[in-house]
Amino acid sequence: MSLLEIKDLQVRVDDREILHGLSLTVNEGEIHAIMGPNGSGKSTLSHVIAGKPGYEVTGGEILFRGEDLLEMDPDERAAKGVFLAFQYPVEIPGVVTMNFLRTAYNAQRKARGESELMAPEFLKKVREVAKRLGIPQDMLKRGVNVGFSGGEKKRNEILQMALFEPSLCILDEMDSGLDIDALRIAADGVNALRSPGRAMVVITHYQRLLNYIIPDVVHVMSKGRVVKSGGKELALELEASGYAQFDEAALTAA
Amino acid sequence: MNVVLTKTETQRPASDVFAGVRDRLPGRGKAAEAREQAFAAFERAGLPHRRLEDWKYTDLRALMRDVLPLAAAPDKNALERAEAALASLPAVDAVRVVLVDGAFAPTLSNLGGMETGVRVQTLREALEDGNHADLLSNGSEPGAMIALNAAMATDGLVITVADRVAIAKPLHIAHVATRGSTASFTRSFLTIGKAAQATLLESFVAAEGTKSYQVNDVISVSVGDDAEVQHVRLMDDGADATNITTAVFSVGAKARLTTFNMTSGGILSRYQGHLTFSGEGAEVNANGVNLLNGRQHADTTLFLDHAVPHCMSREVFRSVVDDRAQSVFQGRIIVRPHAQKTDAKMMTRALLLSDEAEADNKPELEIFADDVTCGHGATTGALDESLLFYLRARGLPEKEAEALLIQAFVGEAIEAIASDGLRELTVTIARAWLERRG
Amino acid sequence: MAAVQETVDRVRQIDVDQYRYGFETLIESEKAPKGLSEDTVRFISTKKNEPAWMLEWRLEAYRRWLTMAEPTWARVNYPKIDYQDIYYYAAPKPKKALTSVDEIDPEILKTYEKLGIPLREVVILEGVEPPPGGEPSASRKIAVDAVFDSVSVATTFKEELRKAGVIFMPISEAIREHPEIVKKYLGSVVPTSDNFFATLNAAVFSDGSFVYVPPGVRCPMELSTYFRINERNTGQFERTLIIADKGSYVSYLEGCTAPQRDENQLHAAVVELVALDDAEIKYSTVQNWYPGNSEGLGGIYNFVTKRGDCRGVNSKISWTQVETGSAITWKYPSCILRGDNSRGEFYSIAISNGHQQVDSGTKMLHLGKNTTSRIISKGIAAGVSQNTYRGLVTAHRKATGARNYTACDSLLIGDKCGAHTVPYVEAKNSSALFEHEATTSKISEDVLFYCTQRGLSQEEAVGLVVNGFVKDVLQQLPMEFAVEAQKLISISLEGSVG
Repeated sequence: MSLLEIKDLQVRVDDREILHGLSLTVNEGEIHAIMGPNGSGKSTLSHVIAGKPGYEVTGGEILFRGEDLLEMDPDERAAKGVFLAFQYPVEIPGVVTMNFLRTAYNAQRKARGESELMAPEFLKKVREVAKRLGIPQDMLKRGVNVGFSGGEKKRNEILQMALFEPSLCILDEMDSGLDIDALRIAADGVNALRSPGRAMVVITHYQRLLNYIIPDVVHVMSKGRVVKSGGKELALELEASGYAQFDEAALTAA
Repeated sequence: MNVVLTKTETQRPASDVFAGVRDRLPGRGKAAEAREQAFAAFERAGLPHRRLEDWKYTDLRALMRDVLPLAAAPDKNALERAEAALASLPAVDAVRVVLVDGAFAPTLSNLGGMETGVRVQTLREALEDGNHADLLSNGSEPGAMIALNAAMATDGLVITVADRVAIAKPLHIAHVATRGSTASFTRSFLTIGKAAQATLLESFVAAEGTKSYQVNDVISVSVGDDAEVQHVRLMDDGADATNITTAVFSVGAKARLTTFNMTSGGILSRYQGHLTFSGEGAEVNANGVNLLNGRQHADTTLFLDHAVPHCMSREVFRSVVDDRAQSVFQGRIIVRPHAQKTDAKMMTRALLLSDEAEADNKPELEIFADDVTCGHGATTGALDESLLFYLRARGLPEKEAEALLIQAFVGEAIEAIASDGLRELTVTIARAWLERRG
Repeated sequence: MAAVQETVDRVRQIDVDQYRYGFETLIESEKAPKGLSEDTVRFISTKKNEPAWMLEWRLEAYRRWLTMAEPTWARVNYPKIDYQDIYYYAAPKPKKALTSVDEIDPEILKTYEKLGIPLREVVILEGVEPPPGGEPSASRKIAVDAVFDSVSVATTFKEELRKAGVIFMPISEAIREHPEIVKKYLGSVVPTSDNFFATLNAAVFSDGSFVYVPPGVRCPMELSTYFRINERNTGQFERTLIIADKGSYVSYLEGCTAPQRDENQLHAAVVELVALDDAEIKYSTVQNWYPGNSEGLGGIYNFVTKRGDCRGVNSKISWTQVETGSAITWKYPSCILRGDNSRGEFYSIAISNGHQQVDSGTKMLHLGKNTTSRIISKGIAAGVSQNTYRGLVTAHRKATGARNYTACDSLLIGDKCGAHTVPYVEAKNSSALFEHEATTSKISEDVLFYCTQRGLSQEEAVGLVVNGFVKDVLQQLPMEFAVEAQKLISISLEGSVG
């Protein structure tokens, strides 16, 4: 059984169809890159997998380990191991990061029927991971993402990814707003989390991120569909020739 | 035309109530005269109604309708039930004095625990010794409800903290209601001497099963020059109770006062604070939270009077409104002529959790001096969808995600409470409200 | 910056404490007997050759008014008005029926010239006597309706507007010529029983402007009305009704002045705007009624009810006001956001100096779905004046998705004045999103010092800061009037720094 299986997914937002029958299969341990121009539906796909409200699925299905993901609430999906690293992580004033991490961590464990982790034990765990990712301790005492720089926000996302140990990570435009150093730190964090039991879907507009996170499969999205799939060399090909060719491909396919 | 009708309907019971008990109320001579005058003032005005600008959102003629009979003094059974109610409160390390149905309850109180430099007398004693009729005068604070309180007050506490005394433990005035369909009228005074330090906690609860009672309380706090005072009021009255409280503060030069009120109980409540700066260089934090659901109507009205120059005030108010509840916040900052260098800020935010909830905010500035920095802000809205989604994507179930955001929302008002114990107590009660919400 | 320089120059030129428009025009006029009774109402109706239904409408309002009490909630103080000591109708005595602008009393024409309102020139431009150099572009043209005391004396550009299908005429004419439209809309936004002053207006209004823009028409020029109170002891009660039919657009501006007199004069106008589906109305006011002298003697009581009804979906009504005149201002241009997706805007500069009292603001009533509103209010208080912003924002239970943003800032000049902010923010559904912020401050000493160090006088420096303070609102005015308004602001603040 595949980890993630998306079949002929059709999605509308405000009466406009964004995804017109998208299919994608991701197996455990694989890293998939989804590339495409702005407006091709990449972020819509990531939001629909995570269950963001406001999207209407009009056709197709998403199976996660064979279970219907679309039937689940966002928090159920998180507990099942679906993790979305947001393109723009929100700021939550008044909610201390450490408290937030523990609440979320234990909520996921509780949902899976596991015992909750006590504060000292959890604190130790967070501090370890934070240290590894170069996250200063005082960041954990501040409100979630409040006053964080772009790089700090992304590192906070990776910290959560490391703590929650999801089996599917969707990285939505992880490189947006990062300079080259911040990007390298973030990518190192992601690479450290690669494991045979964990798959990743890396959504990006630019090839540059894929120099740091090397994918097994590259998909090209255009106009709400996957129009081409191939190996990592496909990304380089795109870098050279651009997305325009695929717009036509999408039109022909329609 | 309606007004006239309502007036007779509401005032007849009130005058009956007063006529029936006036001879049994504490204090003779001047005190009795003061009561007569106060009641006459109440009768002239009647219950406040929406045509009075300050009562625009809380029409007591429509919502409260009449004044219930005075509660009888607590008997053994009442005291037992009150004790049980107090035991269910989260523990807090304080020196406690208890008023049950408007009467001081010595057996539940801990007067012996008072520290040196603190003098406590009950209002009843003070009035009966014949020299304190002024405790029933209403000073410059007008209003029918405070007049009614002066006419009917049965008891309360008169507490004095001597100059330069710093009391370690909070003083806790605990109000407990045990008799349904009755009214209680209490009136307390706290005078903090120069350079003294004190913390006052007030709580309002009901014994289990106490229905439809009315509380009318007046608290007067005088903060001496250079003094530091914290005041926390937690109103968690019974689900169908009415609580009308007037708090009067006078703040001396270079004094620091933090006052915080949280309303989570009662079906109808009004907490009206009148705060006057009487000396220069003082700083005040006046914060509040309304946590409402069902059909609760809670009104917090705060008047801050910058009567002298060089004072600072900060107001942070948060209301969380669910179901068909209505939250009212009226804040008025007055800067008198010559009160230059006033620095006053007020921020009120409302969170609506249901489509039928209502939040009314009226943050006013009334400014008569030019060299001032004053501002206010008000926002109203629902929980931020993108924050909710973020939390849920991290695995928090909907209610838990909401609770976390609501706690953070009210936390901005609660964090001004400096005493760890009282802050935790407040958070505990707020959490309990959230859990009741389910 | 050019405009700022102009302000500074202006300040230099002008005598302190001089109301520029305070002259009186000596003309013969015809008045109703003093005082108010059913007979006064009948007199006005007869003078206007009104149909019977109009008289009935007025009488009903009058009878209603008798039962009403003057409002007291505003933060303004004035001696009790004797409503029997006012003339309710005054008209320049016509020598004969007017057929062209040349037949207007030359004294009145001179008055408008002094005010800078070119009734004659506009007529010339219209083609009677083409000026050298040909016609200017239509966008520069402004059609003017001039109201002198109780009657409209001239309306320009009528012909050109008629070609576009736009009706722009005195309301007294519209009652006779377009009774079907007037009947349908008059009193539909501000009902005759709305409030004390509006009800009084309904009984005795004598003239005002009427605008109807047909479906899909973008009015080819700015429409404008200039109001002038001239007669002594005369109240002015004009009534304006503007209807923008589906998909149309109109921009309208009113200006007002009055002679300097020691007694107070009452101005109780009503303005009703109706925007149907996809229509937009932009209504701008430069209010410069005589504010009284430096002792607080005289001046206009400006008690005005202005309300716009965004009746259709996607409609928009925008109020912009520059309030510098009047002894007392009591005025809340409001928007009823009835149509789904409709939008209301209120941009205001209210300046008070001397003994002026201002209680002004707006009401944004969100009734339809996804309605939005925006309020930007700038209050400036100087002298011993009192300046209050009073505003209501309310979202009805069914007004899902309502949005409001309010910013009201006050500036105090001197320590004898008062600036007050009284917002009412009422949300009755959880999807409403309201944001309100307000600040009160004085002109920074540092800024003043910086400017004076660079060679500006104290007064110039204040002018500079004030212009910056009100910039957001001035930008909302049609260009021609923004310049005029800016001058007015400087003049209003003269003598405020000492």
